[in-house]
Amino acid sequence: MGMIGPFVAVMFDGFAYGMLLFLISVGLSVTLGMMNFVNLAHGAFAMLGAYVTVTLMNNLGWPFLATLPLAFIVAGVVSVGFEQTLFRPLYRASDLDQVLLTIGLVFMAIAAVSYVFGTESQPINVPDYLRGFFTIGSASFAVYRIFLVVVALFVSVLLIVGLEYTRFGAQIRAAVDNQRMARGLGIDVNRIFAYTFALGSGLAGLGGALAIEVVGLDHSFALIYLIVMLIIVSVGGLGSISGSFVAAILIGISDTAGKYYFPYLGAFLIYLVMIAVLLWRPTGLFGRR
Amino acid sequence: MRKILVGLATVAAALSIGASANAAGTVKIGVVIPLSGQFADTGIQMRNGIQTYIKQHGDTVAGKKIELIIKDVGGINPPVAKRLSQELVVRDKVDILAGYVLTPNALAAGDVSKEANKFMVVMNAATAIITLKSPDMVRTSMTLPQSGDTFGKWAATKGGIKSCYTMVTDYGPGHDVEQAFIKAFTAAGGKIVGSVRFPVANPDFSAFVQRAKDLNPECIFIFVPGGTQPAAIAKAMAERGIDPTKTKILGTGELTGEQALEGMGKSALGILTAWHYDYKQDTKENKEFVKIHNELFKRNPDLFSLGGYDGMHAIYAALEKTKGNTNGKALVDAAKGLHWNSPRGPVWIDPETRDIVQTIYIRKVELVNGEPTNVIFDKVENVKDPVKEAMKKKK
Repeated sequence: MGMIGPFVAVMFDGFAYGMLLFLISVGLSVTLGMMNFVNLAHGAFAMLGAYVTVTLMNNLGWPFLATLPLAFIVAGVVSVGFEQTLFRPLYRASDLDQVLLTIGLVFMAIAAVSYVFGTESQPINVPDYLRGFFTIGSASFAVYRIFLVVVALFVSVLLIVGLEYTRFGAQIRAAVDNQRMARGLGIDVNRIFAYTFALGSGLAGLGGALAIEVVGLDHSFALIYLIVMLIIVSVGGLGSISGSFVAAILIGISDTAGKYYFPYLGAFLIYLVMIAVLLWRPTGLFGRR
Repeated sequence: MRKILVGLATVAAALSIGASANAAGTVKIGVVIPLSGQFADTGIQMRNGIQTYIKQHGDTVAGKKIELIIKDVGGINPPVAKRLSQELVVRDKVDILAGYVLTPNALAAGDVSKEANKFMVVMNAATAIITLKSPDMVRTSMTLPQSGDTFGKWAATKGGIKSCYTMVTDYGPGHDVEQAFIKAFTAAGGKIVGSVRFPVANPDFSAFVQRAKDLNPECIFIFVPGGTQPAAIAKAMAERGIDPTKTKILGTGELTGEQALEGMGKSALGILTAWHYDYKQDTKENKEFVKIHNELFKRNPDLFSLGGYDGMHAIYAALEKTKGNTNGKALVDAAKGLHWNSPRGPVWIDPETRDIVQTIYIRKVELVNGEPTNVIFDKVENVKDPVKEAMKKKK
């Protein structure tokens, strides 16, 4: 076996892992960068989506694909409830207040999940057509990872088109760039923010549901992936969707390639990448401030 | 950027603890286990095992009432484990220390047992050297080298395997089992074609599995802690076309635990493990254990429940021998040489090392009634901890 096959396979796996990270983190980038709110509970919405999928599949016998829209919707709707009642009063509060509230929510989410579902890991069985792999030349590609890439690219295109070319997208950009002016023009900024928040959390829920097959699921999900999410948002630059996209690919590939080519460095390489990027560009790759 | 730093700092600072106490005319047992955080499930199952034993055998031994004081250590946290154990001894005046799922915590608490002369029962932590920390300590779970060493020897001889690649999690127990496997495998004529250690927090295994696949070894030996990782690594192997019926996959029991098998589905078929327990084990004691455990907690026991259950047996049997005397030396002397029929099969406490001696079963995952199941097809009886046996020979 030559060097090319494994190289292609590692790059592809890293890219697919990056796509998963992108789905989970992009919402955090939006709330942090555009709405200026530190939502550490973002991972809890990803976890919520994942548990929606597990419950629908294992208790109600739904097919995997049918649970994915529900994971998106439930995470989005529940997050708006929190946004309206708990987060909104803190939009102008200090960073520390926001962090304390949202990290508290993470712990409440973990405790609630432990209470309802127990602390054991939650297995799912994806359908057979998403299992297995096929081979091109000397490189093999896992079907599930191809599926991940397709979903993530589809979502990215929708996001970019939605934000750049629709009226709603224009309103979001206006509300973010200059809130007072947007309000003056009659845009309901609060409502726009609620929709944006729901969208970001819904994507996290979708990402969480898709992540079960790759990384597994238990009650600590909300906290474990929070670190990676924050790394991606900081490397990509706050509030930048394309930044999150590039950062997620960068982190996904450097993590996978690092483990393949320098296994003794283990998972440390992504931190080196983060440090290097932030030394070079302190506001992240696509940061505006 | 400041927001992210505040966020990271808050996440890093996040940990918690909690518990309660009181008593008279009783034997107090202080139990230190993780009930929150990433390892919560292991502690919860151990507590379930302990309570199953008490339910089955009553809460009075040698005329004294058993009282549990349970403390949450929150995860891998040696200073907290030590402080909680100290508080249990000094403030709550416990007679016995028990629990200890994780090696670093058990090592830290060993000092407390030694200084306070308290009988200590390690109910899981499986690194070989732990029992050397205190002369008043016994272990009722297993040592990882028991499994690794037995499997290494078995693979190279009866298993007919000539070359192997090893993949273990990069922490104490992983190193222990890796060294034991490699030593026994090469001593019996096998050849190691490569080794890799992956980080403890490792969500995606694809790169490590790809590396193993490129070498195309005859067999891959794997150790991962339980939780979400066994299914994740098995799925990564299936995605890359590593088929356990062609490349032999060897592992410890965590790899094919109940939830792991559920998560893996058919991709688990053919995986070989060397281990001491499975909830489907066919013994009279196990059927009773599984039944009561299910009645109380609506789930099957696992190896942590078993460690807690057998740990309570060691405590009860020792207390009966001492007629309720809770002196550390008296209890540990009573525990030395104890024989009993555990749900896993016959076990005994080696009087020399105070460690458990047991049968290691060689199992293969096969479909039984449509469910992937660990089917026992060979066994090695009376396995002592190989690390301490080797130490003895050196002296």
